[in-house]
Formats: sequence, structure tokens, C-alpha cells
Amino acid sequence: MIHLTIDGIPVEVEKGTTILQAAKQIGVKIPTLCYLENVLPDGSCRLCVVEVTNNGRTKFDTACTLRCSEGDEVQTMSEKVVKYRKETLDLLLSDHRVHCFSCEANGDCKLQDYCFEYGVEKTSFPGEMNNAPIDDTNKFFTYDPSLCILCHRCVNTCKEIVGRGAIDTMNRGFQSVIGAHYKNTWNEGICESCGNCVQACPTGALTMKRRKKYRPYQIDKKVLTTCPHCATGCQYYVLVKDGKVVDTEAYNGPSNKGLLCVKGRSGSFDFAQSPERIKYPLIKNHETGEFERATWDEALDLVASKFMEIKKQYGPDSLAGFACSRSPNEDIYMVQKMVRTCFGTNNTDNCARVCHSASVAGLYMTLGSGAMTNPIEDITKNADVIMLVGSNPEEAHPVVGMQIRQAVKRGCKLIVVDPRDIGLAKKADIHLKLKPGTNVAFANGIMHVIIEEGLQDDKFIAERTEGYDKIKEIVKDYTPEKVAEICHIDPDDLRKAAIMYAKADRAPIIYCLGVTEHSTGTEGVMSMSNMAMLVGKLGRPGCGVNPLRGQNNVQGACDMGASPTDFPGYQKVTAPGVVEKFEKAWGVPLNHNVGTHATDVFPKAITKEIRGLYIYGEDPVVTDPDTSHIIKALKSLDFFVLQELFMTETAQYADVILPGVSYLEKEGTFTNTERRVQRVRKAITVPGEMRLDTDIIIDLMNRMGYPQPHLTSAEIMDEIASVTPSFGGISHARLDSEEVGGKGLQWPCPTKDHPGTPIMHVGKFSRGLGWFYPAEYVPSAELPDEEYPIILMTGRILYHYTTRAMTGKTPELMEIEGHSFIEMNIVDAEKLGIKNGDRVRVSSRRGSIESTARVGTKTSPGESWMPFHFPDGNANWLTNAALDKYARIPEYKVCAIKIEKA
Amino acid sequence: MLDQSYYTKADEIMDQYGRKPASLIPIMQEIQGAYRYLPGELLSYVADRIGVTEAKAFSVATFYENFSFDAKGKYVIKVCDGTACHVRKSMPVLEALYAKLGLSKTKKTTDDMMFTVETVSCLGACGLAPTMMVNEDVYPCMTPEKAAAVIDQLRGGAGIDPE
Repeated sequence: MIHLTIDGIPVEVEKGTTILQAAKQIGVKIPTLCYLENVLPDGSCRLCVVEVTNNGRTKFDTACTLRCSEGDEVQTMSEKVVKYRKETLDLLLSDHRVHCFSCEANGDCKLQDYCFEYGVEKTSFPGEMNNAPIDDTNKFFTYDPSLCILCHRCVNTCKEIVGRGAIDTMNRGFQSVIGAHYKNTWNEGICESCGNCVQACPTGALTMKRRKKYRPYQIDKKVLTTCPHCATGCQYYVLVKDGKVVDTEAYNGPSNKGLLCVKGRSGSFDFAQSPERIKYPLIKNHETGEFERATWDEALDLVASKFMEIKKQYGPDSLAGFACSRSPNEDIYMVQKMVRTCFGTNNTDNCARVCHSASVAGLYMTLGSGAMTNPIEDITKNADVIMLVGSNPEEAHPVVGMQIRQAVKRGCKLIVVDPRDIGLAKKADIHLKLKPGTNVAFANGIMHVIIEEGLQDDKFIAERTEGYDKIKEIVKDYTPEKVAEICHIDPDDLRKAAIMYAKADRAPIIYCLGVTEHSTGTEGVMSMSNMAMLVGKLGRPGCGVNPLRGQNNVQGACDMGASPTDFPGYQKVTAPGVVEKFEKAWGVPLNHNVGTHATDVFPKAITKEIRGLYIYGEDPVVTDPDTSHIIKALKSLDFFVLQELFMTETAQYADVILPGVSYLEKEGTFTNTERRVQRVRKAITVPGEMRLDTDIIIDLMNRMGYPQPHLTSAEIMDEIASVTPSFGGISHARLDSEEVGGKGLQWPCPTKDHPGTPIMHVGKFSRGLGWFYPAEYVPSAELPDEEYPIILMTGRILYHYTTRAMTGKTPELMEIEGHSFIEMNIVDAEKLGIKNGDRVRVSSRRGSIESTARVGTKTSPGESWMPFHFPDGNANWLTNAALDKYARIPEYKVCAIKIEKA
Repeated sequence: MLDQSYYTKADEIMDQYGRKPASLIPIMQEIQGAYRYLPGELLSYVADRIGVTEAKAFSVATFYENFSFDAKGKYVIKVCDGTACHVRKSMPVLEALYAKLGLSKTKKTTDDMMFTVETVSCLGACGLAPTMMVNEDVYPCMTPEKAAAVIDQLRGGAGIDPE
């Protein structure tokens, strides 16, 4: 330990501590402009200079770079130091256009604050200033070189924290500016518009364009909430002025570490305040086919009476109701409660059915719990090797992607298993560019090599697992050569990957829909847990099997029992005593039969087994495979009700539309991908007759004869806790308390004094013994043939979020990426006479659409990829509704198509 | 869009110096040597393949005065404006070249891509001031007249070999 004094106060610090860190430790504030926490200091702004005396010698040095020495006497505010700082500020002002009156950063500028504090009113060195032009080519922010003090916080944020490196200092000396590209235009480079640089900027040099609409000091309130896009669970404040959200500000949450992506920062509030919101209940006039405005009483009476009529005539199992994976836990709980108590059926589900139902089912079968085993921070900070399978986090979970890029920068090795050259493939040590739909073969190949090399964890296998002998027998056949042939990869790369993964002390498997969205998705998932169990990489830090969930609260939707097989907390409909427990809690007799999965509800609608459907916030016409089939199913229904914010594609087919409210207008909780329950808080009220979603459900329940008292969101969570053991210790009060303090609680959290469970399966699996599932490779349901020779995969892009119901309302996002495209390989393109940018017709056995070709080598020959966001060529007209046998998840990732020049 | 030959050439150069970040500067020098400038698209291509970000590559390239993203003429004339040359009247030499070629401080290259006129801070030949260089050749003790004559000479085909 090193001993020193700062302003006379004695401090004891560890070797290597900087003066700035030591000062912070005792609460002494030293001004900084360029300093960024957790990044090597830049030392360029010179504002943190302090006076240090040691052994009779005195020097001035920057506190951010100078490490403490034994006996240092540091003065942070001596007369000389203050003079030095004034001089520095004076010099900074000499090349900083001072127009604070009209500057967007007025009131939120560190340079302004320090000049005020140190009494520097203007520069004493007037003269030539940097007159480089303003760059406003980025859709969301501008860069004004005349305000830039070249502190490099933006550059260091982008390079070291975001891990993108999209910007750097251009030119030299007085001409220096921050730029992204030789043309000096921000939009030409690789910038992802996440805006983390803007938040880091201490002056007005980098400013969000929406800052023109408000002054920082005009903000009425800042409300801390959870992002409504992917399941990373980023925390931010929404800034409210005159009853409207005008901006967001990242908060240092447990999963986002102060970072946001472009969707979170810039695409998370326009939609809620969009003029396209449905403002009052609508009932379809069947004579005209038009929707007509109705009162709430008319609409709710009609919905309740119609459903009860159908129930009476065709029985409870002729009804179904889906909950929304984007809505809070409390809403989802009430939807499934309504379906179970009022409809009298277990026909309830949520859209996890089409994304991660295979994870829920698969990991439940092998480990006993179908969720991410380790926290995001753990698997990105503590890992030696990351095995990333069928996941493109840079686009689908951008803030997780940023943390993986940080990990790689720190020296963590990366194995990418993905059919495309995704961004992270370039940073990977090994990229297995496997053929879509061959995950089980790949995993069996990895296990073959591990066993062959004797790298399996025998002790772990013996003590904590079962079924090893059988899987050992199966993988014997999966030699690297055989697997290489199935997967179209190099056998040596497979060997290297297996050995790298097995030998690493800490190595998580992180996977996503590339594993689940197959007709063998559940087996793919169980193959992931097989690999992890084989090498004992479960139940400890930096390891685990980690599905990145797709939507903000899709974890919660599964947890809350919006599932035909499970009550809240994965209490099985078929398990003894469970139905009885809920009958007692809810006070009515319940259906004992397992319900129908969402993906089976549509075929059953066509055969008239399902006649009434209630959907809360889903748009299956856009999101589900084989669109024409879905439309036919919706048209076949006797009665179809939709609770929605917007007139979606699916809404056109509804009989009644009930307008609910967005996440900005209600209280509640979202559960992120790492099982962390975090608060959603009401920030605004949007004018209109829209009603709180739980109130709509509760009114309907009462009209259908179930005496459901009106509860607040917090009271609903208390009810959830009372019937769900893993949520037993969770309440809004506790989430808002100082104890939890913005960190959320990770379930299982069974009691009020339980701190939550960051890492699962420590010492023992939820299932007891972990089970090696004997998975054999089975090819995809639809393989390419002469007529349809190319494999189509689908996925998400950075700038949009599933149906674009939300991101599509932010014009800038639509300007960056607003149209359908198909990525295809140059070899196929040349054969077909297609050039980059050509319009193409893409057809499968189920449908045909037009799109624009993006020709390159991102996909392998014979393979192609499309985003599913865009209505001007939606991939789901083509995709195949072949379903997995356990989870009933559709095979979005493989169908056979042909591509022709349009 | 550059011709495919540029990319082939860049590939050759990258293979020669090794596809690693540390090879950035020699690769840029070699490309500029081949084309008398550094095509921006080509530097993006190189950056991607040697594992540096585009922004970093351009940061390095713009730091050094020597690298140019604008195509230069067959003859690159560097008029020295260091202290010694300046006091011995290098500016009239520069003005004469500008007048003769129709160039200015902002338009540095003739439309026929024959001449580029730039100033440099010192050529290290102060004893010969005012000095200028045409490609690799030094022209000592310049006057406006002599400078104009050099242009005529180069135009007449009797000029130096640009290589």
C-alpha cells in the first residue's frame, strides 16, 4: 500500500492508483474534461493538473495519468494550480466558438461549467479559429469542429468502450478535427449512430439533433426506465418536457454499463407519441368492412359476450389468448389469468413460441431451467473464450455486442459459429461458417473431439450429470471429417475450436435464434448444454449456456405463464397439485389439459377447432412463417380481438380493437435476458381514450363473470409473488428500494431477504442431475432442390426491431435502412446474372416477393439471408412453418427458395 | 468505384508487407508511389484487410502532409517556403507557377493532370534558396522566369522522367 496526502488529508491506496482515483476515494473533486472511467487516460485536456511535492521537489502533472508514490503531498487547489487551470481554460476557449446563448449544450457543458467556476469569461488569445465545416451527415447528431476541444472522449468511447472505432482524429495540429472517413463525413464510415460519443462529449461539439427542441434546464422530469427493444434490459432516463418525451439519457445499469444502442437511444419514444396511435376502441362493421369508433362499454360488452357465447357453444378449448412479450410482467400475468379463469382453457402463449421456446423447453429438459445461466457482465468480463453460436449480437443485442467487442479487445478469444460473415466473425479467432441447420452435427463433432482428446470433465460428469454413456456412444460417429462434410466447414477448424473451448478455464456458450429457429431447434439447444456439461462449464463464473432472448420481456412472458404447458414460474399444468394450487389461489375450477401452442392455433383456426382468439400486442401476419396461411387462419376465426397501439397488418383482420398504452405510459417490470426483473415507470400520458392494459383485461374478466378486483401494477406483482416461488421476494417496493437501487433482481428470488441469483446451477442443477440429451443430426425440413436451389435464412438488422411497429415510427431509422433486401453470394448471383442492387423476385413453395439483391460473400454459395422487418418484401411470405417436435417453434432459419431477376 | 486493377495492386502490396496493422504506413507509401496519390476507397479496402479501422487508417494518412487523397499531376512541383527560401523570394516563384498553370492555393492540379504545385516548409537545401523540387529532382536558385522555363521544358517533352 502507498501512503500520501491530498490537500492535507492522508490517503492509503494500492500501487498503481492514479492521483485522480485516490482523490475520488476521499471525495476530493478534481476537474476533468478528457478523463473517461475504465479507459486508459488520454491526458490531453490538462485540466486535472495538480501540484505534487515529494522529497523536496515540486512538480505539476495531470492527476489522471500520474500514479501515486509513497510520501506524495498533493495539492489540488493551490494558487498555482488554479492559475494553471485558468490558463488552460483560456487556451481552450481560444479555439472554441463561444455562442452559449444559442448553443444546444448551454447548461449541459463542462467547459462552460469550469469557465464559470474558475472565472474565465473570454479568451485572452483572440485570433484565428478552426473553421472546418459542421458535419451533419449523421441522421441523429451533428459534429461542430468549432466547439470541439479535442479531448478525444468521443474517440475513446467509440474505440475502447463501444468497441467500434468508427471515429478518430483527422489532420494535425491546428487543423485537427474528429472524423470518420477521408471524405470527412460521418455517415460514410462504419458509425452505428449509437450516440454514446454524443453522451460523452463535454461540450456542444457533438449534439443530438433533437436537442434543438429543448434546453437541458427545461426538462420537467427524468424518469428511469427499461428499454423496450431487445432483452439486454438497458436502463435509461427518459427526459420529459411539457408532457412529452424529448430525449433519453443512458443510465449505468447492470447490463448496459451506461451504454445504449441506436434503437434504445433514438428509437424508443417516437412511436409512443406517434399520431398513428389508435386513440379509441374500434368495432368492425361487417357490412361495410370498415372499423367504426365505439365506446369502451360497447367494445368490452361485445368482446365479453362473444367469447362467452363461443365458450358456451363450442367449449372452452375453442378459445385462445396470446400475451405480448413486449408488455410488462404484470400485463402478461393478467392475460394468462384471464385465459385460464374466464376462457377456461390453457390455450395461452406468447411470441417466444417463434423465437426462444426451444431454449425454454430444451434447457428445462436438460438443466431444469430454461433461461440464461449467467449474467451478461459475467460472461463478457470473466471469460477466457466466448463460443458464440447462431447469434449476431452486434445487431440483434447491440449493447451485448459492444461488451463482447470489449472482451475481445481485452484478449478474450472468440469462436463464432454462424453461416454468415457477421461483424464479429472478423474479430473471431475461429469462424465456423457452417451450413444453416447443422448445429446438432457441429455440437456432436465438438464433443467427439473433446472426448477423443480426453478433455472432458470426468468428475463433473460423474457427480452432476446422467446420460453420458449414451451421448458418448452417439458422438463416436461424428468424426471431424464427417461433421465437416455435413456442415461445410474445415475439420481442423472444428478440432481447434473444440480444444480451445474445452481447455479454457472460463468459457460461456452464447447463442441465439440461429440455434432455436429450426425444426430441430430444441435438440440444437440441448446440444449446447451437452457441450457445456461435457467440460463442466456450468454453475460457475464466466461459463454457462446463455440464450440471448429477443424481446425486452420475452423472458418475463415465459416466466409469467403465458404458455399452454406452464403456469407462472414454469409450474407445469401436468405436474401433480399445480392446477389445484391455482384453483385455490384464483378461486375457480381450471382446465387440467395442456393447451394449444400459438403456432398450432393458426392451423386449428382453419379447421374450426379454435373459433375465438384474443391477441395482445402481436402482429403474426408480419412475424409468423407462411403469411398467406396466417391470413387464412385469421379470416377463419368466428371472433378475433386485438389489444394494440397501432393499426398493424394483423389489426385489419380483427373484429374489435382495444387501444392500450405503451411502456412510457405505465408502471410495471420487464425481465431481461439474464432473468433480471427491472422497473418500467410511467413518464407521460398520451391524449386519447386509450386505457391501461391491465384495466382493459380486468374489466373484461369482470364482464365474463370472474370477480377480479382492480389492482395496481404493484399489487399485481404482489399476487405474482404469492403464487410464483421464483418471484417470491420480488415487489415494486423492493425494486425501488435503496437495497436494490436500480440493479433489479435476478430470479430465482424466493424470499424478501434473498439477494437474487446471478449464476444458476451452482453446485446442483435445478433438475437435480444434468441430462445429456442423445441428439442425432437430422437435416432441415425443406432442403434445396432443382426448383428451389437456395437456402434462405432470416434475421434482424441493427436499425430495426421485428415488425417495425416501434422503430418504423422513427423517420431517421427508416432513412438509414427502410427497404427489404436479400443478401446472396456472388457465385450464385453471377450464375443468375444478378448484380449488386438489382431488383430480384424471390419465391418459395409458399409465396413470392420482390426485393433488392445485396451481392457479396457474407453468405456462402447456395445460401441467402433476409431481414423480416420490411413490408415491401417480407421474408415471411416465403418461410416454412415446419415445427419443432418439442417446442413447436417454426423453421425460420432454413427454407428453400429461388431467386430471379425481377 | 475504382478499377479492379487498383485492388489487385493493393493485394500485391499487402502481401509484400504483410497483412498486419503495423504495415499500414509502408503500404500507404507504396500505393501512393504507384498512383501518385492514395485513393480513399483503396485505403478503406486496405484498412479492412490489415485489421485497422477505417477511421484509424485515415487518421494516420491525414496526419502526414505527404499523403494525398487527391489525384496528383504527372509532375509534382514542391516550392519551398521555409525561412531561407521565403526571404530570398520564393513567393514570386510560386505566384509565377500559379499564373503560368492557372492554379491557386485551392486548385493545385492542372486539368490535364500534368502539374501539381504545392508548398513545403523546408527541403533542407537552404544554401540553394529559393529551391523547388519536381518529383525527385531539386531545382536551385529559382526565379519566376526560371520557374516558367522549367514548365515549358517539361511540357516540351524534354522533361525529367517522372519516375
